[in-house]
Amino acid sequence: MSPNNSNQSALPKYRTIIIAVALIVGIPLGIQACNQASTRDEGRRVIQIRQPSENISGQEVAVLTQAPNVPPPITRNHPTRVIVNLDVVEKTVRLADSVEYAAWTFGGSVPGNFIRVREGDLVELHMKNEASSTMPHNIDLHGVTGPGGGAKISLTLPGHESVFTFSAMNPGLFVYHCAMSPVPMHIANGMYGMILVEPKEGLPKVDKEFYVMQSEFYTKGKYGAHGLQTLDMDKGVDERPTYVVFNGGVGAVTGDGALKAKVGDRIRMFVGNAGPNLTSSFHVIGQIFENVYGEGGSTNAEHNVQTTLIPSGGSAVVEFGATVPGDFILVDHAIFRAFNKGTLGILTVTGPENKKIIESIQSGVAAPPAK
Amino acid sequence: MNVAGTALSLGALSVLLAGMVHVPAGDYLPIRGMGGQRMHVAAFEMDAHAVTRGDYLAFVKTHAEWQRGKVDPKHADATYLAEWRGALEPGDAMDLRHPVTSVSWFAASAYCEAQGKRLPTTDEWEYVAAASDVSRDASQDQLFQSRLLGMYASRSTSAIAPIGRGFRNVYGIEGLHGSTWEWTRDFKPAEMTNCAGAAMGASDATNYPALLREAFRSALTERSTARMLGFRCAANAPA
Repeated sequence: MSPNNSNQSALPKYRTIIIAVALIVGIPLGIQACNQASTRDEGRRVIQIRQPSENISGQEVAVLTQAPNVPPPITRNHPTRVIVNLDVVEKTVRLADSVEYAAWTFGGSVPGNFIRVREGDLVELHMKNEASSTMPHNIDLHGVTGPGGGAKISLTLPGHESVFTFSAMNPGLFVYHCAMSPVPMHIANGMYGMILVEPKEGLPKVDKEFYVMQSEFYTKGKYGAHGLQTLDMDKGVDERPTYVVFNGGVGAVTGDGALKAKVGDRIRMFVGNAGPNLTSSFHVIGQIFENVYGEGGSTNAEHNVQTTLIPSGGSAVVEFGATVPGDFILVDHAIFRAFNKGTLGILTVTGPENKKIIESIQSGVAAPPAK
Repeated sequence: MNVAGTALSLGALSVLLAGMVHVPAGDYLPIRGMGGQRMHVAAFEMDAHAVTRGDYLAFVKTHAEWQRGKVDPKHADATYLAEWRGALEPGDAMDLRHPVTSVSWFAASAYCEAQGKRLPTTDEWEYVAAASDVSRDASQDQLFQSRLLGMYASRSTSAIAPIGRGFRNVYGIEGLHGSTWEWTRDFKPAEMTNCAGAAMGASDATNYPALLREAFRSALTERSTARMLGFRCAANAPA
């Protein structure tokens, strides 16, 4: 112990020298290392102070669609002034069989109309609040840079209209929603939708695009209780949804509403989550996502993903190829929600079987215990 | 003052004589601005029912400057009395019993003034609105608040109802939470917010009915008119 002790007492001096040498030699090396790292790591980029496009030319009226439809891809190669007419409509919507909800909507449906513009476009948004509405409303688009995402300048009384412009500077898939007080009630009542800002270079061509948005409803009645339902505050505060659904209602993406594709189709889904509370574990049973643009971003994709998280107020773009026919079930893989609260949808793929991909050898044949 | 006052309660007498109800002094918890302190409200009189189209027709007949088409655009926006068939045609006999809506703050104030009354202050209105059918202050009564929220939320699914059919509170004041929102004299909240900030600083963030009323008022200017916005008058309590 004693020789060690004497060594230790001498160590601090050596340490100082070693550290000093390391600093002198290491600083230039370190800088070099950092430079190399920054060029290698494509995911990291310098924060940009974005500027609006200066050469906006022409004008067009945006084609808006109701879920599960998506407006056609943008073929323009320049930014333009895009007029978006988004009406606020308070109306009763179907939440499940024999269950209705006194909803507040963008465009008359839950979820609200899908808006598609191009990076750099100047969007002129006209928001008319129908005269029959009971509340003032506004809009916060997550694709807008500015206070409240536009909410502040879009406050609109029933029977009135607001118009404002914004520059769609960041590409991506963005949620929009009403942000009028009390905000949770406006979102819980159905006031949300999505806006896609296509990157300048466009998106790779696919065969089918779909719009799917998850959301919760908190109703006074239990799941399935018939009649007109309205918001149950306590359930909302406690985050105990009565319904968790795709595209505004139980079964909205089944039957006639099922998504349809053919074997060989390349499929892109624009998936949003309006919340107001839950995070979605989005999964398509029997498919693997080839590409997932997480958080609705436009550049970095994850590949070969089974289930992707979509936060409340967030989105993801998922892409995959249809390889074999059948029904592929969209679920929130927080699975009680799917089977007891409504997050079930169907993608029906038709076309030729491919037994090299999946084939039944024997199915459920009795297997007696070995003797 | 009133001979009959000895036989009848003052409130009941007011209803009989002038369509007004006496509201005794008290206090309530405003949704904002008092740092959680209760606000004292002095005794006052309030109309038992909202002002109807019929009432308002009588007013515009004698005050032509408030007729649709003649009203100064500085005093009412373009949807002033938009549902009326004509400047002096509010609709059929049933419509005459409906609360008058699509009137501006200027117009509502002028109407009340012509009756020797005034608009209720926000504090007066909210103080009375806190009452259920059994209690003067039901702001912490979760069942009542839930019922109110349901009434507000289902407004969009039903037509505006004639006066007299709405919820009647413990004061005998009817229709405060019925088909329409109502003007107040000082409708702009002191700290006007309309976005996410609105829930911040609220004295009771779970009082959604009060937050909704505040949100509606926050969207108004004195010229604003809306189909779901009517009014009733108030008056100072007799000295």
